[in-house]
Amino acid sequence: MLGLVVFVYLPILWSVYLSFFDSYNTVTPTTFVGVGNYLDMLRDPAFRSSLLTFLAFAVFIVPTTFVLSLSAALLVARTRVMQSFFRSVFFLPTACSYVVAALIWKMSIFSGIRSGLANAVLGWFGIESIPWLSLADPPWYWLVIVTARLWLQVGFYMILFLAGIQRISPTLYEAAAIDGAEGWKVFRHITLPQLRATSTAVLLLLLINAFQAFDEFYNILSTFGTYPPYARPPLVYLYYTALGSGQDFGHGSAGAVILTLIIAVVAVVQGRILRLGDRGD
Amino acid sequence: MAIVRSRRQSRAAGWARYSALVLGALLFLIPFYLLVRSALMREQDLGSPDFNWLPPVWETSNLTGLFDNPAIPMARSLLNSGLIAVTQTVGVLVVSGLAGYGLARIPYRWSNTVFYSITATLLIPAAVTFVPSFVLVSTLGWISTLRGLIIPGLFQALATFLFRQFFLGFPREIEEAAFIDGLGYWGTFWKIVVPNSLGFVAAIGTITFIGSWNAFLWPLVIGRDQESWTVQIALSTFLTAQSVQVSQLFMAALVAILPLLLMFLFLQRWIVEGVERTGIAGD
Repeated sequence: MLGLVVFVYLPILWSVYLSFFDSYNTVTPTTFVGVGNYLDMLRDPAFRSSLLTFLAFAVFIVPTTFVLSLSAALLVARTRVMQSFFRSVFFLPTACSYVVAALIWKMSIFSGIRSGLANAVLGWFGIESIPWLSLADPPWYWLVIVTARLWLQVGFYMILFLAGIQRISPTLYEAAAIDGAEGWKVFRHITLPQLRATSTAVLLLLLINAFQAFDEFYNILSTFGTYPPYARPPLVYLYYTALGSGQDFGHGSAGAVILTLIIAVVAVVQGRILRLGDRGD
Repeated sequence: MAIVRSRRQSRAAGWARYSALVLGALLFLIPFYLLVRSALMREQDLGSPDFNWLPPVWETSNLTGLFDNPAIPMARSLLNSGLIAVTQTVGVLVVSGLAGYGLARIPYRWSNTVFYSITATLLIPAAVTFVPSFVLVSTLGWISTLRGLIIPGLFQALATFLFRQFFLGFPREIEEAAFIDGLGYWGTFWKIVVPNSLGFVAAIGTITFIGSWNAFLWPLVIGRDQESWTVQIALSTFLTAQSVQVSQLFMAALVAILPLLLMFLFLQRWIVEGVERTGIAGD
């Protein structure tokens, strides 16, 4: 408990305190600037664009991961032969780190030269090679980043959905079969409503994890020690503000406080909305 | 008639299902295959303009070259990662286990306040607090030290919360028998509760180990000197900043994920349980 106070509460309170001061290159506050840092952050176009980057990323990653992991879970759950093999294969990338995935994606699949797998596949169809990562426009790098995270995460959420599917009582399916329902109807009227609690948890986790995205952006997009000025999600932005050359802890702390508030609000609001939905049924 | 049709339909559906599964499984295995293949290729073959499914020449010297190369602190970073992951796993289990048990069983005045103040921090994602945590750790002078890398990660609100929930469901009668035999809370915890909760401990332990081994942001922020790099930071540095032989880099990545793949093969049951428990608690 003492540990939690020292290493969780103290840093948070200290940073709330710091966020009201100017503090460059130092962790002791120098001049009191009131809410100046907060206004600076909210006015800073780079900070706002980092929030937009997160939104764009979430729009890609949340639905795709949700649909793919639910489909994988449904397929695996209905399979008798080699069920545990398929489950293990989809789950295996969970043991892989973002750094290793970034390496495979950046240097092997989407390397941008002809021997990269993606370009080789395009080549079989007579399509020109695409420089996946070196161009800002068209933003092919999104495909690289989203597929890397999909590969890493789908298995994790599939396990959560599988656990949810196994908790559904078989008598519900028997009743549906007697009523003559099959296929899509069973999924729509039994499986999906029964998975509501799991789906809520998965959606919330997906959103929060997307908000915290850092590893794959940093490792895939940064080359020779420099990160491009675009595609900076909030944590990447925060990293370069607080720990880059400026060591601007005042603004960095203000940013951390703002992001924390956003996440807390999103979590509470989402919990409310989905629970209200529950009552409506 | 209807039955025949539906049987034929369900057979077709079965084939479609297996095709989808096999295709998906192949797609999911390809990255691993590329990792192994590239680790066993010669540098000049990796740079060749054509894609090769198999290495034209099998090159195993990347492995020895990796550990002989003084520019890559491979052995040191593996040692760091191992030390950090093991101590963090043991530490989290002890700290969160004891705290969770205390919250579940020992009645005292502030126990509810303490419990709510712990669960409240679950709303704050750990990654967002890296700036304030960095500020604290640098005040303590722990930058680039193993202490700085390990200690802040020992206090996990989620693990504490999960242990408390788990211990609340632990059969009280067994504990009461132990109390009558004269064991206090401390003795009951270690002699009765822990030996009967090993499955749960294994589930939390494997998940913590994987998270710790694969952690990136915090080691990046704290591990400034080369001596304090974890294996992920070493890989990342050579991927993003300094150039190095790409084939060696792939070999390094292969070495870096090997411990986890082995763990996965033998402990998958506990990892799955750990994912189920931690994931559902995110609700």
